[in-house]
Amino acid sequence: MSDTIILPAPAPSGSRLGNAGFVIGLAICGLVVLMALVGNFMVPHDPWTQNLNERLIPPFFMEGGGAEHLLGTDQIGRDYLARLMYGARISLMIGLATVITSGLIGVTLGVVGGFFGGKVDDVVLFAITCRLSIPIVLVALAVVGLLGSSLFLVVATLGLLLWDRFAVVARATTMQIRNLDYVSAALCAGISTPQLLLREILPNIAPHIAVVATLEAALAILLEAALSFLGLGVPPPLPSWGLMIAEGKDYMFFSPWVIMVPGLALCILVFGINLLGDGLRDLLRTGRVT
Amino acid sequence: MTRFILRRLAVGILVAFTVVVLSFMLTRLSSDLAISIAGPQATQTDIEIIRKAYGLDRPLYMQFFSWVGRAAVGDFGESFFFKDKVSNLIASRMPITMTLGLVGLVLALVMSIPLGILAAVREGTWVDKAVTLFTMIGQAMPSFWLGLILMIVFGLWLGWLPISGIESWQSFVMPGVVLAFTAVPALTRLTRSGMMEALSSDYIRTARAKGLLRTSIIFKHALRNAAIPVVSIAAVQLGFMLGGSIVTETVFALHGVGFLAWESIGKNDFPVVQAVVLVLAVLYIALTLAADILNAVLDPRLRSA
Repeated sequence: MSDTIILPAPAPSGSRLGNAGFVIGLAICGLVVLMALVGNFMVPHDPWTQNLNERLIPPFFMEGGGAEHLLGTDQIGRDYLARLMYGARISLMIGLATVITSGLIGVTLGVVGGFFGGKVDDVVLFAITCRLSIPIVLVALAVVGLLGSSLFLVVATLGLLLWDRFAVVARATTMQIRNLDYVSAALCAGISTPQLLLREILPNIAPHIAVVATLEAALAILLEAALSFLGLGVPPPLPSWGLMIAEGKDYMFFSPWVIMVPGLALCILVFGINLLGDGLRDLLRTGRVT
Repeated sequence: MTRFILRRLAVGILVAFTVVVLSFMLTRLSSDLAISIAGPQATQTDIEIIRKAYGLDRPLYMQFFSWVGRAAVGDFGESFFFKDKVSNLIASRMPITMTLGLVGLVLALVMSIPLGILAAVREGTWVDKAVTLFTMIGQAMPSFWLGLILMIVFGLWLGWLPISGIESWQSFVMPGVVLAFTAVPALTRLTRSGMMEALSSDYIRTARAKGLLRTSIIFKHALRNAAIPVVSIAAVQLGFMLGGSIVTETVFALHGVGFLAWESIGKNDFPVVQAVVLVLAVLYIALTLAADILNAVLDPRLRSA
């Protein structure tokens, strides 16, 4: 329905944060991946053990903190650093799994709509418009609320909701290359349509899809945190960063760090992923990736 | 122009109908509504009574058509928990959500338009980079977390603003800022790229050549053209804000429509949930329609689309 949202946003021209941004983004994402993979082997505590004698110990840089619990403990005495490390796994898993699901749906719809055009494209556009008019957070909350919270359900719900931008970009880029010579050449060579889409179209729109994937991964991570914060996301005692903020909320006025630590972790990760996406887009525009 | 509006209207109605089907299906996801309404202590007879009372024993398509038929005239049934008409509930909570959405939109525009202009005028300098950094940080912050931080800083430490609930206009400041931040990055980028495009166009070169004042060039000539997409996206962003206000309302305990939906989800109060989904979706559809028409009025080139 609306051109204002169906058309992909114009690539912002001129200076973004440049190459430095891309490197920083890569470094942040690498660090979080490392946290998720080996973090819990480096911390002497596990994220589950409660110790009611050691509740709400502040991090090492604050008064009362110590080397035993570097980032302190939560309201039931679980080691905050261990929980933070484990939370990185959950965030990354959510981001990755959601992007794979929504990417499959969105790219398929977008490529098919963009390539065939006409009535097929109308249907795809209609699907995108419908999807955009659905309030994501509310619907995700309702689904999890009705079916019960689980990691799988959160991923499935977000995956089914976040495909719109994939479809928009896949559609637009497919339309751009549909009439290029190499596509006609492949057609003349007698390639079948599915083959053409998979072998010629898909590899050529892949870089654009990768940019969308970073944006959507960041969005999925933020949405999972919001759902978990509202009590309808990842179930406790899993240490999702959003859930850690929710659990720390009652203590935030006396010990603000209980919400600062997981909140900053979320910010930094999402910031890093977005930097990566922006850097990727810059590389695309300057033509160093084709 | 009339044809254009009629066409968009038809698509809008079709989208709304699809959302009706989806929001109905959404609440039928759980295996048996009667069991979840009855609660854990219910006996089999209780469940049967509830199933009959709410008409859940009828075939699905009959439930659907009776719901659609009544929803079309604004009757969304009765809430299980609040024991009140859903339409009354939504109507009484809507002013808060609307106020919040409008405050958020105004704050977002007030922040992002000057920032976008500044970044475009000082393109490539540290000012531009600082604005980019600001929007990226804004994009990375979870809104519920920003809300909590504002509560700690402005509510507890400085004591300037009330932490939750609605006592006066001040109660809308922090939630408004939080909601505004969901739109600021997109609006700033849009203003920046629109301004940059306008500033590099021929008519601006002409204006410069005529020796017009720099401020007059920026605000009178360039901004007028750069504002077109911003205005229409702002309407769409308002739609997103109304849909996303559920998080902000819950954080600040503002009893608007979002808070109502959150409460109802927790209580399996499905008539309320499906009605709120529908109402928010229809609002969004209406806003994008308004944005399209506004766009066509402001920019005649789009009317042929």
